[in-house]
Amino acid sequence: MKKSAFLGALTVASIAASAAVAQDASTLDQVKERGKLNCGVATGVPGFAAPDANGRWEGFDVSVCRAVAAAVLGDSDAVEFIPTTGKTRFTALASGEIDMLARNTTWTFSRDVDLKFEFVGVNYYDGQGFMVPKEMGVTSAKELDGATVCIQTGTTTELNLADFFRANDMSYEPVPIETNAEAQQQYLAGACDVYTTDASGLAATRSTFEDPSSSVILPEIISKEPLGPLVRHGDNNWGDVVRWTLNALISSEELDITSTNVGEMSAAAGDNPEINRLLGTEGNLGEMLGLDAEWAKRAIMANGNYGEIFAKTIGEATPIGLARGLNAQWTDGGLLYSPPFR
Amino acid sequence: MSDMSYVRSEMLPERAPPASSVGLVGWMRANLFSGAVNSILTIASLVLIYMVLAAILPWIFSPTWNGTSQNECREIVGSGHHAACWGVINDRWEQLLFGFYPNGSEGGADQRWRPIVAFALLFVAVTPVLFSMISRRMNWVLLLAVLGLTGLYLGGAVGLILGLALLGAAAFVGFKALSTDKEARAAEIEAGAKRLPNPLIFSAIYPFIAPWLLWGGTVWLPIAAALGFVIGYYAFVFIARALGSLVGIIGAVVIAIVWWLFLTSGFANLMDSILPISLEAVESRKFGGFMLSITIGVVAIACSLPIGIVLALGRQSDLMIVKALCVGFIEFIRGVPLITLLFVASTLLNIFMPPGTNFDIILRVLIMVTLFASAYMAETIRGGLAALPRGQYEAADALGLDYWKAQRLIIMPQALKISIPGIVSNFIGVFKDTTLVSIIGLLDPLGLSNAIRADQAWNGLVWELYGFIALLFFVFCFSMSRYSMYLERRLRTDHR
Repeated sequence: MKKSAFLGALTVASIAASAAVAQDASTLDQVKERGKLNCGVATGVPGFAAPDANGRWEGFDVSVCRAVAAAVLGDSDAVEFIPTTGKTRFTALASGEIDMLARNTTWTFSRDVDLKFEFVGVNYYDGQGFMVPKEMGVTSAKELDGATVCIQTGTTTELNLADFFRANDMSYEPVPIETNAEAQQQYLAGACDVYTTDASGLAATRSTFEDPSSSVILPEIISKEPLGPLVRHGDNNWGDVVRWTLNALISSEELDITSTNVGEMSAAAGDNPEINRLLGTEGNLGEMLGLDAEWAKRAIMANGNYGEIFAKTIGEATPIGLARGLNAQWTDGGLLYSPPFR
Repeated sequence: MSDMSYVRSEMLPERAPPASSVGLVGWMRANLFSGAVNSILTIASLVLIYMVLAAILPWIFSPTWNGTSQNECREIVGSGHHAACWGVINDRWEQLLFGFYPNGSEGGADQRWRPIVAFALLFVAVTPVLFSMISRRMNWVLLLAVLGLTGLYLGGAVGLILGLALLGAAAFVGFKALSTDKEARAAEIEAGAKRLPNPLIFSAIYPFIAPWLLWGGTVWLPIAAALGFVIGYYAFVFIARALGSLVGIIGAVVIAIVWWLFLTSGFANLMDSILPISLEAVESRKFGGFMLSITIGVVAIACSLPIGIVLALGRQSDLMIVKALCVGFIEFIRGVPLITLLFVASTLLNIFMPPGTNFDIILRVLIMVTLFASAYMAETIRGGLAALPRGQYEAADALGLDYWKAQRLIIMPQALKISIPGIVSNFIGVFKDTTLVSIIGLLDPLGLSNAIRADQAWNGLVWELYGFIALLFFVFCFSMSRYSMYLERRLRTDHR
């Protein structure tokens, strides 16, 4: 009896020890050894992450994954895209199944602190909005007293909606729905007067209508939804890699480095010292991250700088047609403000 | 002879029945318009059917097969009309069938022939198990034909020659099989003609071929896995001869497990370095669409029946521990929703296992779905066992059969026959339950339909995608249902 208990304890201890050993290997080393980045993405959000007809993942969030893979592994296709749902995304990240999550996830206090994740930045500033049929004649969300509202259950949007109506002393009747597709059907069929979700989602939905001008998106944005990539707590070096890859994409737009001129600019040190440090022609920023000198150059070459990615996936020239708005550079009145590369 | 008679003395010739009681008119009078109420109901039903069809058919038959986006479909149909946009199926049907299986778009060759061949071979492998009407030789014709076509498809000199040779062999065997009838063949065999090997041999090795085709990698791994059974068998024979059958069984199981756990990969690596034969490896993550549903469904169906039989017998057993284990397992699994088990598979297991362990997600799901199906299967079969009269058990005892022989020869054939409808409806249920994996982020057809809608060109299309998926599921489930009815007819031994 004693002997078996001892053996059992030994087994548990050895498993725990091996777990601890495995945990010690940094995520950066694991990714390099694997030769592939495991990146958690959404199972399908228009413009942000979706597979094309050949099964190749495309989108705004997907581009962040590709940029990180290009910076770390030198190949923007060395990514294993792991589709996650709203229910599985956090456990997938916590358990180590994915190295990073880029799945329009709102940066909130409890997710950052309580769930033990580290949001490395914001790649899209979103906010909750309202869409109503034009014929209703409503011009402000404050006039929506008594409206029936299509709302996805179990999301922060549901709580925001309740807060907004309570704060403005109005009543509403919720029509609970499960998916965006269902919401579109309900809204078009007239089952609800108002559809509310993130403003980017509203724009994407409205653009698919037979007559997009028959609906208007109200000017009020009732919540802050900073969406960004996140990693696990406890591996700060890996967090730095993802954070500064995102910052490199943002800074390069500010510094007018694009996918077309990055090759030329990184060939030799130029007049702008920050560009030189970013592209590795001066200083040793890459080495500090545990990468080589050209990491940022590869990240930019993968899909272009932040502005190029935006224009290609969700910008005004695409069917989704989002304006830069809050997501413009700080020099253009937006919120994008990357810390300096120094 | 009096001419005053008013009783007819000769038979009148038979006359044709009145036109109103035969043919279409007669049938309609008997079945549709047999009374005022029925006539009204018939007319009302016809109007209803017309209204439904008039609404649906123009929607279905819309010339949008070549539309490249929802807006283009709308232009084709013209404004004001509401019609299906079949362009989405035209654009994405391959994805709905194969998921992300390599199609050559990212470099490398198109690998999608492999699931197709695996699927075709599945039919060859299950035919001798499921149908008795097909002859042994026709089964070999099927197998040779599938392999021959594969060879032709793969092309190259070797593939071409091999494919033509196999097709030739298939044609030869097929010709012989068709040209000799049953009696002539029986006479030939009587005269010493060699029979073809039993096609069940192929059914037995199919479980090792299919994973190799689907996942790829070296051919030596499935061979090594199959060798485990051979080694276990010989271990049993040798140990049983020396130490008795119980020790033999235990020893064989231990040796086989040691082989699988510790020696298989070494053996496979060694043989691969000597004679490398391999297919391009495809990760589980690339599986999707109907291929994923069918893989999970077939494995769960094939494994749940034997496990279910064992569990049902264990539940009826007199051995206390065996019985407690079986009851505990069945009641636990049946008391938990499948989606909970899937969440355990996808997330909890990951947290419990040491980080860095790579336990294939599809394998985890396969195990969970199989366990789930087995518990239900066990109860279905227990129903069959309970329906057998006590006299059958006693008759088996009276004949002096031991437990396993009695089960094999007397109890199981009858109990399984009774449970066929229940078993098949379990199968159908399991196959449809595979769509639940979309909740844990695996892209089965339903998960893919969401992913496809995330393409802005198809955003908002619901009925077309769901209709296509429903149609394919219907084909599979309806065939299974028809097969169960065929099987019941075939096995019916009472002379009703």
